[in-house]
Amino acid sequence: MSWGLSSVRVVFGDTVALDGVSLDVGPGETAVVVGGDGAGKTTLSRTLAGLEEVAEGNVRRPDRTGYQPESSGVWNDLTVMENLEFVAGAYQVEAARASGRIDQLLEVTDLGPASDRLGRHLSGGMRQKLGVAMALLSDPELLVLDEPSTGLDPLSRVELWSFIGLAAREGRAVVVTTAYVDEAARAEKVLVLDDGYVLASGSVDHVLSALPGVVYESDHPVGARSWRRGPTWRVWSPDASLPSGVTATVTDLADVVTVAALARETGG
Amino acid sequence: MSLIEATSLTRRFGDVVAVDDVSFQVREGEVVGLLGANGAGKTTTMRMLLGLIAPSSGSARIGGRSVLEVDRRVMGYVPQGLGLYPELSVVENLEFAAAAFGVDMPSLDAEGLADVASRRVGELPLGLRRRVAFAAARAHHPKVLILDEPTSGVGPLGRVRLWDMIHSTAEDGVGILVSTHHMDEAEECDRVILMAFGRVVAAGTVSDIVGSATSVQIEGRVSTELADSIRRAGGNLLVDRAAWRVVGLGIEQVSSMVDSEARVRVVPATFEETFVSWSL
Repeated sequence: MSWGLSSVRVVFGDTVALDGVSLDVGPGETAVVVGGDGAGKTTLSRTLAGLEEVAEGNVRRPDRTGYQPESSGVWNDLTVMENLEFVAGAYQVEAARASGRIDQLLEVTDLGPASDRLGRHLSGGMRQKLGVAMALLSDPELLVLDEPSTGLDPLSRVELWSFIGLAAREGRAVVVTTAYVDEAARAEKVLVLDDGYVLASGSVDHVLSALPGVVYESDHPVGARSWRRGPTWRVWSPDASLPSGVTATVTDLADVVTVAALARETGG
Repeated sequence: MSLIEATSLTRRFGDVVAVDDVSFQVREGEVVGLLGANGAGKTTTMRMLLGLIAPSSGSARIGGRSVLEVDRRVMGYVPQGLGLYPELSVVENLEFAAAAFGVDMPSLDAEGLADVASRRVGELPLGLRRRVAFAAARAHHPKVLILDEPTSGVGPLGRVRLWDMIHSTAEDGVGILVSTHHMDEAEECDRVILMAFGRVVAAGTVSDIVGSATSVQIEGRVSTELADSIRRAGGNLLVDRAAWRVVGLGIEQVSSMVDSEARVRVVPATFEETFVSWSL
């Protein structure tokens, strides 16, 4: 059994927030949804969590879905322990099981020593880990995390992703949204969103191989289809033609996302 | 010529040494990245270079003069919070920045902002707001630009555009110091300075810094128990789509924790892994 969205359209008044979006995540799989500000990441997360109505398409979600909102969902005036106990109570997790589960989550997140600390006094990294732990308390089959790594420093990001990876290895389906393409490299599946549309989706290998045409390196810009990567430019050639003596370069996800955005912008 | 020069910069707050004997330079036309975990001392270093706080010892020089004596027009700064007026339009924000420095308005076309000129800054998506802040910081043609996490929260294409502007500004001879939390952005920089616990722990190009560092890769399943043992032994576990990687422990240590040694091997470290090992 897998979870996700099929050709989902979500509309707010005159605004189309998601348009024909499909996503499929199986047990033990992690899907990363990449997009900028306003791409539809939060709407997609809320839809998967059952918090938005869809105008078209359908949502496949299990009864037990864990959802961490973009704000992390941590209550500032409760301690780490109180936050976890409150969520356990809300999900009516049986007391004996809840306490074992809380201990285990405190251990994995290294939040044990901070269990009496108020939510407002946590660092960004601790706060996000607590948010994920809260979303995991009900032992969900589907875990949805909305931008858990935004604003985190590299060390906290690594720890958070290690925790997310372990949650997936326990057999959960995990969906994580982010503005950062490099985070997709940690997952099996990627969905690139722009303005409510899907620019690219599938397994990471599929997305890499589905790039239309080729990309090559150049020491100068070549029109609207080129962009800078470090000291050189990358040029997208949609019809796969190459200047003489030039070979195509090996593309990564960042290239694919840029090409997809350029293709949509230039109508190419 | 060296445009930014930090020499033995040190800053104490009470008993805490936030920045400890930090030295580096940024030359004309260079883009230098400043990387570090939270609390590593990046922001305090930037604030000393901007003359916003005084060093406890050491010196911060801009264009060869002490930052406390230098003409402010030499420097441009984009803070993390952007420093724009959200109630004012794009044009009004840029007019204000230009007037404050007594210079002409920058060209909206050249900055790619003509389409949104009369929009209120507070209504714009983050990627565009960051472009406005970048334009405002360069309105007076500074020789030095200091950017504090300029692409934070910006989507993939917005990020490509911002880096394009950063590079073309450097090509005009400006020296740029940029802090970032993203390892792939470090590769956009000519050189990188890695800070941990207030000190510079590594500096150079990304490949210089990675050098011959290695990590340990574990194939197959990693149980919660194995993850716990790795953490207790002081290792750091990184998730990768194909496998798990361990930083901070040797192959012998990791081998002794897994059920089969065949699952473990030494692999070249990534820049992120090198960063983690320096920051532990």
